Amino acid sequence: MTDVLGVVREMFSYTFLVRAFIVGALVSLCASLLGVSLVLKRYSMIGDGLSHVGFGALAVAMAIGAAPLAVSIPAVMLAAFGLLRISENSKIRGDSAIALISTASLAIGVMVISLTTGMNIDVCNYMFGSILSMKRSDVYISVALSACVLVMFVLFYNKIFAVTFDETFARATGVRAGMYNALIAVLSAVTIVLGMRMMGALLISSLIIFPALSSMRIFAKFRTVAISSAVISLSCFLVGVVVSYVYATPTGASVVSANILVFLACCAVKLLKERAMGAIS
Amino acid sequence: MYLVSCVGVALGYNGVPVLRGVDFSVGAGDYVCVTGENGSGKSTLILGILRLLRPIEGRIEYGIAPESVGYLPQRSAGGVNFPAGVFEVVLSGRLASRGLRPFYSRRDRALAADNMRRLGVYELRDRNFGELSGGQRQRVLLARALCSEGRLLILDEPVAGLDPMATIEFYDALSEIRSTGDIAVIMVSHDVRRAVSEASHVLHVQGGRAFFADREDYLASDTGKKFIGGLEND
Repeated sequence: MTDVLGVVREMFSYTFLVRAFIVGALVSLCASLLGVSLVLKRYSMIGDGLSHVGFGALAVAMAIGAAPLAVSIPAVMLAAFGLLRISENSKIRGDSAIALISTASLAIGVMVISLTTGMNIDVCNYMFGSILSMKRSDVYISVALSACVLVMFVLFYNKIFAVTFDETFARATGVRAGMYNALIAVLSAVTIVLGMRMMGALLISSLIIFPALSSMRIFAKFRTVAISSAVISLSCFLVGVVVSYVYATPTGASVVSANILVFLACCAVKLLKERAMGAIS
Repeated sequence: MYLVSCVGVALGYNGVPVLRGVDFSVGAGDYVCVTGENGSGKSTLILGILRLLRPIEGRIEYGIAPESVGYLPQRSAGGVNFPAGVFEVVLSGRLASRGLRPFYSRRDRALAADNMRRLGVYELRDRNFGELSGGQRQRVLLARALCSEGRLLILDEPVAGLDPMATIEFYDALSEIRSTGDIAVIMVSHDVRRAVSEASHVLHVQGGRAFFADREDYLASDTGKKFIGGLEND
């Protein structure tokens, strides 16, 4: 136990790790809260699609020498609106549209990178994330934006529940469901872009999906699921970062691995619970 | 004074009407039963009244605000695996009246609790919505609909899939609600005989048109005789 504390104390003596830690914790929190709604609305794959769009946007931003966040946040927001519109429109299948957009963005990103800087360590960092990618200016923007996402989520919590649980009812009684769907999309887009460089474009959507799914194994009310997702996500991030520091593994993959273990544990708890219930009745 | 009034309304999708010539109005305390075969456009009509579908022709006029319409959708929302507490669900019926204000007030909670007591589901308030029986679920959703405090309730096949006992309980709850206020009801139902026996008016949808009559006229008409009589020969 003292060992772990020692390691953590050692980690906090590096400023870049403290920065990464703050941003990562905030992003994990945002992703896990939004994830509950996204998973229940069957929008899990939208998160995955958006992260690939983010990869493409980052590559383009680097090629033209623009600020990465300034390019990728608007691009991903635009894609989020597009995907939302498509999945509401029954004429085009949502899942194939997402696959289309995400692979297209990935290809464009790789093309842009190989034509400009060449395929190098940066590409790997984009794909799988790097804790070293956080600059001081990024930290301020990231903290401000994720604080915004959290405040919006709390303020609109009841609306988000209503449009997630029963959109037809919400619309019928005069709630502007379209606006709140758009809000969820925008918040997800911001969260994905912020978390992408640390977690990696290929892994960021796991921050959205895993904590929500794990919580739903155990809890059955919206509020408890949301709170437990936040707790699971934060703890997994903490464990993941420490593991990645001690064993020199990539941060993103370490955090996701912690999430996988929690998910399996939650599945086991659910199974045992059901078995116990079966034994009683 | 009407709550909702349709004047020469045609409804449909992508500009193609599935229902034309809808003319009727619903006044305070009316109980309109919407009947007709599957696929005849009953649900389309409900979407129109709820303003979720814009009329292709004609107009629908309202004597009440949209947030004061209580609505019970056809398919139970959420599904079995949706994590939602019963109280959370009922309280969400207050949402439209909150506007942009983010949180529910004490009055909202009290109203939700009152409506749950009225429908005998207050004891279920800490349960999970997904684990309730079909009948309990419909009564919870009816409590949510009542939270709009409106004078118009729109029920889309509320007893579909319920067992006979739960069906009777649902109708009893509905009569109790109607007896304690001048609340109007528009109900789509397949349970035609039961519904028509209590309704004040019938809106019969057939062949892309809607026929509106009060109960006596409907029962005396050829359509009514055929529809009700056909069922009696089942």
